[in-house]
Amino acid sequence: MEHKASHPALQHHFENLEQQREAGTLGMWVFLVTEIMFFGGMFLAYTLYRTKYPQAFASASNHLSLPLGTINTGVLILSSFTMALAVYSAQTGKRRGQIVCLALTLLLGLTFLGIKAIEYHDKYVDHLIPGRLIPGRPFDASGVHLLPGAAKQNVEMFYWIYFAMTGMHAVHMIIGVGLLSVILYFAARGRYGPEYHNPVEISGLYWHFVDIIWIFLFPLLYLLGRHLEH
Amino acid sequence: MKAPETFEIPAAARVNYINAQYGLKSWLLTKDHKRIALLYLGSITFFFFIGGLYAMMIRLELLTPQGDFLSSTTYNKVFTQHGIIMVFFFLIPSIPATLGNFLVPMMIGAKDLAFPRINLLSWYIYLLGGVITIYALLAGGVDTGWTFYAPYSTTFSNSYVIAAGLGIFISGFSSILTGLNFIVTIHTMRAPGMTWFRLPLFIWAHYATSLVMILGTPVIAITILLLAFERLAHVGIFDPAVGGDPVLFQHLFWFYSHPAVYIMVLPSMGVVSELIANFSRKNIFGYKFVAFSSLAIAVFGFLVWGHHLFVASQSVYAGMIFSFLSFAVAIPSAIKVFNWTATLYKGSISFDTPMLYALGFIGLFTIGGMTGLFLASLAIDVHVSDTYFVVAHFHYIMVGGALLGYLGGLHYWWPKISGRMYPEGWGRFSALVVFVGFNLTFLPQFVAGYLGMPRRYHAYPPEFQVFNVLSSAGASILGVGLLIPLIYLVWSMRYGKRAEANPWHLPGLEWRTASPPPTENFLITPVVTWEAYEFAPPEEMQVIGKFREGTDLDAPIIGKS
Amino acid sequence: MQTSWIPFIPQSASTVSGRVDALYFYLCGVTVFFTLLISGVLIFFVVKYRRRSPFEIPRPIAGSHKLETIWSVIPFLIAMSMFAWGAQIYFQNSRPPKNAAEIYVVGKQWMWKIQHSTGQREINELHVPVGRKIKLIMTSEDTIHDFYIPAFRIKEDVIPGRYTTQWFEATQPGTYHLFCAEYCGMNHSGMIGSVIVMQPTEFDNWLSGNSSQQSPAVAGQQLFQSLGCVSCHGANGEGGRGPALAGLFGRQVFLTNGQTLIADEGYIRESIENPQAKLVSGFGPIMPTFQGQVSPEQLIEIMAFIKSLQITNPQQTTAPNPKAQTPAAPSATPAPNKQ
Repeated sequence: MEHKASHPALQHHFENLEQQREAGTLGMWVFLVTEIMFFGGMFLAYTLYRTKYPQAFASASNHLSLPLGTINTGVLILSSFTMALAVYSAQTGKRRGQIVCLALTLLLGLTFLGIKAIEYHDKYVDHLIPGRLIPGRPFDASGVHLLPGAAKQNVEMFYWIYFAMTGMHAVHMIIGVGLLSVILYFAARGRYGPEYHNPVEISGLYWHFVDIIWIFLFPLLYLLGRHLEH
Repeated sequence: MKAPETFEIPAAARVNYINAQYGLKSWLLTKDHKRIALLYLGSITFFFFIGGLYAMMIRLELLTPQGDFLSSTTYNKVFTQHGIIMVFFFLIPSIPATLGNFLVPMMIGAKDLAFPRINLLSWYIYLLGGVITIYALLAGGVDTGWTFYAPYSTTFSNSYVIAAGLGIFISGFSSILTGLNFIVTIHTMRAPGMTWFRLPLFIWAHYATSLVMILGTPVIAITILLLAFERLAHVGIFDPAVGGDPVLFQHLFWFYSHPAVYIMVLPSMGVVSELIANFSRKNIFGYKFVAFSSLAIAVFGFLVWGHHLFVASQSVYAGMIFSFLSFAVAIPSAIKVFNWTATLYKGSISFDTPMLYALGFIGLFTIGGMTGLFLASLAIDVHVSDTYFVVAHFHYIMVGGALLGYLGGLHYWWPKISGRMYPEGWGRFSALVVFVGFNLTFLPQFVAGYLGMPRRYHAYPPEFQVFNVLSSAGASILGVGLLIPLIYLVWSMRYGKRAEANPWHLPGLEWRTASPPPTENFLITPVVTWEAYEFAPPEEMQVIGKFREGTDLDAPIIGKS
Repeated sequence: MQTSWIPFIPQSASTVSGRVDALYFYLCGVTVFFTLLISGVLIFFVVKYRRRSPFEIPRPIAGSHKLETIWSVIPFLIAMSMFAWGAQIYFQNSRPPKNAAEIYVVGKQWMWKIQHSTGQREINELHVPVGRKIKLIMTSEDTIHDFYIPAFRIKEDVIPGRYTTQWFEATQPGTYHLFCAEYCGMNHSGMIGSVIVMQPTEFDNWLSGNSSQQSPAVAGQQLFQSLGCVSCHGANGEGGRGPALAGLFGRQVFLTNGQTLIADEGYIRESIENPQAKLVSGFGPIMPTFQGQVSPEQLIEIMAFIKSLQITNPQQTTAPNPKAQTPAAPSATPAPNKQ
């Protein structure tokens, strides 16, 4: 196949880098649409049961750690900022900035996961892992301050939805961290510049998306119903 | 492969995607969409015959009213596994992953799909899902029905629900990735001059299908995942015993699974549009209407899921809205049928096997679609839902529609795919057998259904026996009709007559390259200057293919002279 | 079983079955017409325009907006006529008539347990009189079932944790199939029975011949006491710390969140199992949940008791607190936003 002086990153089935970039970007957007639908099922379940069992959901929600959740929100927003800077550095060919920003983003992502792990551990200690997810350690809502009319069974359902949603979010974070590590490796080797930076861009899209999911999860899971506490 | 003796063939054309590389590794690690299509073809054929085996067991059991051939437990597993295999591992990937995979890049003049590695990955994901599902079947089977309704599946079933669910969950991602690949490819990789309205309708149909795949499949994925965890951990949102709502599962399930019907039938409609136009040598009547009706079906298809819940305590008003929308979604399908019929007007119609399948499709799809109106109609649905009327209806769509389209397409593009012709006589014969067998199998089920025979019954009241005997008789004919193509298509791969580049003398891009095509599809990037289905006037014919004696070109010239 | 004079139509034995059949014939007619039309035109074209020479290229025809409009609009209108007709029958049958006799149905793997409001119990058999409106109140003890009587053209899912209803009026004495139409496990196809439609006098005889059992309302009253409902709702449902229950069924209820609803089976069930979901205006969220503590059948009995309280309406003054006669007026806290 004759490629007239083509860029080394150009794949054989594309005509030029522009086409390749377009395809990559569109591909990521389409993928993010599927992700929205994926999380959508859980958001629907959340909405349905929050309306059905408001007291129980508020009781359970109030037991989540507001400081940790807030810190994590801040961490993620900051990481989105550094990610955006990384993309900008790649577009403008600033290799050093690229590496620093990617490393910072990676670090913030790991911080988020670490704090999440602390939260999960707290729930484990409080016997709040629902059902038989942990064999031999059944769910026990006695540590949760129940608002009047809240059934323990529905508190358990809240925690199930909480773990399903944040767990699925965490899985996406872990994938994102893996993705960024690869990008960081190639960035360090100077692969991305003004001419070719699509992988950085689409990883950024993914990272922002995972961030946005959290922006929805945080108020829904942590904040709603705080006023009912006392 | 050895070259035919009679013609002088350009050296470059002798290397094609099949003989470009040899060895198992060259197939298992290929990134060529055509080879991946063949990998899919092999695997879905395997699953089709497993599903068919289950169908035969069902029909054998139902020959007599007593449950005497299988135990009720086994029977429940058999119909469940028939459904799971046929829906998730045959019908959904059937046309998109094989014919679509092979043809979407070729028809738009691209060298490959946008993401070849993801394409290969999708096949491995499909295979992994398939292997896990097969494991579930061998380990003891699953008996929930392919619909996995909670709380039966979460709490009461004693079968391998989680393993089967996991298999479906995983294979769903192969469907998502295929859809993603198609959308990006169609958007970004069209050859110069290939505008949206020059696209063959097969491409429009696949575009619409891909929309459904990427929007619907994630929802079933998360639903099945939550279901599996609910069963595993005894906590969840579906079982009323834990405060959940089983009807929520049905909403989520049908939000995907109704549009999934369109994943099955839309590509088939795309194939039929190709067949009708090409075998009557006419441009399709009302091209834009047929193209946009595909999109309309994909979009409206997402708004009708509630018609599966007319008797599931859904509110009366929701029922009426869903009923209305379900009637509305019938209109784009009707538009297609009318346009296909009108395309034949003043055409030059040949009766090759693919065309027979296409004509059969139109007839059967009309019946399947019209009986869908019975189910969209609230008062009738109350009586016939969950009866054999429903079974007959969706088989008219899935077999009479999707499968016939698939077989028609497979025959039509077989020369391109394999480089060999299938035996025409056998092709026509088996098409006829399939048509007769199919109708005999499923027409009586409409009657049994209206008479009140519920589906998923292992034993049934004796007055329904006559319909079941007819059905079983038809099924055996249908089975034979489907085995014949398997045999002669495999046979033709070695012994079939060598196919020319353009055996049907057609204008589509896929016919303007060699049979089988070279790995990069086109030796030169084609420039499209013609409309879809623009049959060239006689003086330009030689550039399209062999119309006159002695001008057979295996590597035809690209573009009009 | 004898069949009707029209082939392939099941027995028609309810007031609605004839109407469904009429619609069915209409749809069959349209289906046959269009199938014949399309196959006819198809065959005609295919024969007339068959390829006569291998080289012929027919003249292209672009399409016609006029034709497209015609074959979009006409099918749409036909489809709408089907929709309207089907929706009309469905809508008219969606609300059980007020004076219908109630029969309770509980589905469980794999049998139908049926109880008449007078206390008679049946299993896999349902005796009903001709010409009387019957309302079925149905729930399930385990998985989803579906109560299907083909001869009546009615069917409704029977769902655990919910109460679904359907109603019919039988027109022909006879014995008809009763099927479970929602797949429910191993012996799904054995979850069948018969509906025996009798002349009213015959039915009354049958009923009195089997009347040794306690009626659901009486059983419900006992439960009402043993579960401690009386302490807040009063022995006769007159109310107290909890809202009054006498006369509640079928009445409008004002909720704390400003909404109103009509108290039906679903609402009563929900209020027992998940009391805080729909709080009556003026009352605090003090009622504990009874989820998991009462079986579906006990729920039905409590419900029957609450419904029976309807008879003890305003003129009855045995209740200690006359204010409690309106469902939402509490005795402890005044409810200013009520009325």
